[in-house]
Amino acid sequence: MLHDRDRIFTNLYGLHDAGLKGALKRGNWDGTKHILVMGRDWIIDEMKASGLRGRGGAGFPTGMKWSFMPKVNDGRPHYLVVNADESEPGTCKDREIMRHDPHLLIEGCLLASFAMGAHAAYIYMRGEYIAERHALQKAVDEAYAAKLVGKDNIHGYPFDIYVHHGAGAYICGEETALLESLEGKKGQPRLKPPFPANMGLYGCPTTVNNVESIAVAGTILRRGAAWFNSIGRPNNVGTKLFCVSGHVNTPCNVEEAMGLTFRELIDTHCGGIRGGWDNLKAVIPGGSSVPMVPAHEIIDAPMDFDTLRGLKSGLGTAAVIVMDKSTDLVSAIARLAHFYKHESCGQCTPCREGTGWMARVMARMAEGRAHKREIDMLLDVSTRIEGHTICALGDAAAWPIQGLIRHFRHEIEAKIDQYSANPHGEPVRVAAE
Amino acid sequence: MSSRRLAPDAVQPASFAFDKAGKAMVETWIAKYPAGRQASAVIPLLWEAQKQAGGWLPRAAIEHVAEVLGMPNIRVLEVATFYTMFNLEPAGTHFIQLCGTVPCHCMGAQDLKKVLKDKIGAEHHVTADGKFSWLEVECLGACCNAPMVQINDDYYEDLTPESLAKLIDDMAAGKPVKIGPQNGRKASEPKDSIKTLKDAALYDGSAVGSWKKAFDERVAAQKKAKEEAAKAAAEAGKATGGAPAAAPAAPAPAAVKASEPKAQAEPKVKVVAAKAEPKAKAEPKAGSKPKAAPKAKAAPAPSAAEPAPVGDEFKPELLKAARGGKADDLELIWGVGPKLGKMLNGMGVFHFDQIAKWSNENLAWVDQNLGAFKGRAVRDDWIGQSKKLATGWRPENAVGDKPVK
Repeated sequence: MLHDRDRIFTNLYGLHDAGLKGALKRGNWDGTKHILVMGRDWIIDEMKASGLRGRGGAGFPTGMKWSFMPKVNDGRPHYLVVNADESEPGTCKDREIMRHDPHLLIEGCLLASFAMGAHAAYIYMRGEYIAERHALQKAVDEAYAAKLVGKDNIHGYPFDIYVHHGAGAYICGEETALLESLEGKKGQPRLKPPFPANMGLYGCPTTVNNVESIAVAGTILRRGAAWFNSIGRPNNVGTKLFCVSGHVNTPCNVEEAMGLTFRELIDTHCGGIRGGWDNLKAVIPGGSSVPMVPAHEIIDAPMDFDTLRGLKSGLGTAAVIVMDKSTDLVSAIARLAHFYKHESCGQCTPCREGTGWMARVMARMAEGRAHKREIDMLLDVSTRIEGHTICALGDAAAWPIQGLIRHFRHEIEAKIDQYSANPHGEPVRVAAE
Repeated sequence: MSSRRLAPDAVQPASFAFDKAGKAMVETWIAKYPAGRQASAVIPLLWEAQKQAGGWLPRAAIEHVAEVLGMPNIRVLEVATFYTMFNLEPAGTHFIQLCGTVPCHCMGAQDLKKVLKDKIGAEHHVTADGKFSWLEVECLGACCNAPMVQINDDYYEDLTPESLAKLIDDMAAGKPVKIGPQNGRKASEPKDSIKTLKDAALYDGSAVGSWKKAFDERVAAQKKAKEEAAKAAAEAGKATGGAPAAAPAAPAPAAVKASEPKAQAEPKVKVVAAKAEPKAKAEPKAGSKPKAAPKAKAAPAPSAAEPAPVGDEFKPELLKAARGGKADDLELIWGVGPKLGKMLNGMGVFHFDQIAKWSNENLAWVDQNLGAFKGRAVRDDWIGQSKKLATGWRPENAVGDKPVK
């Protein structure tokens, strides 16, 4: 188990004062100026050396992302935008950061903005997090009052931070859709290039980072890249917030070292699988967008980016959804297919039409009201959506279904057999909306 | 995508305008964005309008927001119909959103749905007293506390059918209810079995500032390494370009020398020089952390001023042949090609772990014996690269990964 000393989010469960006073005692805002005097390049080099990979799902190296920002200002302002539109099913870590450890995030915003020459940061929160938004706004107000941020703050770097919110669109978690939404439009992703680092918010150089990636920056810079790098496994370093939900005895958020095994994670913090290890059926290890992994493959697998990619899945946001043998996997994935149908922005045809089609077929398969040849057809259609859309939502919609068919095809077939063994009336065809 | 339409004209109010508090909110929101970018405030303003209009968004409110922000009506209508948190039809005063996505689905959201159907009716249906309506929505981001509902602004988590039924009854009766988890948890901690964040030293303020000393030492060490690398690079330049053209090579040593006294003059560098001292004297082994550093300060620091040649006492441990007859592919080190690889083998270097164990002085010794390649070892951080390779990590490309400076 990770030592308490090495934990970054020391108020994860909100058992201590989330206000500025408590945060200062926990070492937030501790010598921020001392770090800032080291200069932009030093901060970026240190972040690169730390090996931090973005915590929003894709795992792109954070330091490298910061270094893409233009070094010389061409007259356009630079922006940092924090992606707090946490809506990947299974993920609930950023919520805890924003309501319990908000000062880590605000300090991280200052450091990151400084490193990329930005004087303003926007935090885009999902609309449903209303209490969390008030908590974060309160912390921002405190930071302004203590002159930690603002036009003439004690750090000598003019910096403003604003809390913005969305209104319930999953797609706004995609960085360019988020920028569109922040500009007051429908959240439909933009084509890249140009990349946000050149043409982002209001056409200005912008970097979009996940809440967790920004919130860990202060501690990494204080304690050093080597410290962060020494935790975890090569290329998958540092600590990570895991959100364990589903059929475990005590579901929880917990900060752990990357690369601990699934068994360790569950046994140490989650009180084991409901009904014991024999009762485990499958796990979605990184939020709904990654394919599921059957029990025997995941039990002793290290939880990190590279291992899970090897299992044809991914670490994603480290939202671990555990499903025991009582779970009807076909109907669970049918529910996910409905989710992606609901959340498709409607811009690209393969996704707009494909997610609806897949959701209707999955809904029938969940009842067993399908033909076995349709399984292959479904798989084929899913590959026509994957990779044929502007953003990754098309991929995300296809992967859970591919994962189900890869590992649990027999369950779909069993449902079809069961249905056809019983007499039914003529099925009613449902038209597309 | 979901298709969403405005409510029928029969229920649409004739007009809408922000009240005083609403107008103040408009000001606050618009002030957050650069001049001329007030359209950014459209979602927050629609949300304020929905609150003022009683939990749903009439056409008049959408048009009013468009007017306030100077946007075409259609742009605001587009936003209002795209984002699902905008209710386009009247909702109950207690508007219940049931999360039905996978983690909640697995944990019994279907049972909660039955409770809502029994108590309130079908989705979108508003009870006769206008108090309740409900909707199944997609993930609300409280998955560790599944299953859960959001009622107006607040989350009610860790529900069972019984606790949800009681919650609705209490709300209908106007009784106070507890916001948040309904099973005794505070937030998303493991129920009754927290094993982490117990170290009192995290919370008593004793850790504040404790990192600074190590930080300063680290920074000084980085500075020194950088200077050494610069020096080595300058020498490498001299070695490669020196033979054919003596004249341009001449200023190089002068430049190096000029930088030396300056380096010595800096107090930060001095500390590190002293720190490096015991390490150099000890066995050339990696990982021997110079813990005695502050005490060794008294010793003079010749290493910083040391001229380029490194004595043979710093010659690293070399092998006659590869262990087990199988050498590592040294060409995986970025900057090492077939020629340099053979040269290293000839010298007695066969394995990544050999290089990984070297001290900076060992490296410098090897470096000065690389002939035409002099300077490469330090410039390309062979030690750092080999440490990584020795763990079993492999670069994507056979020429290796360029070390990040």
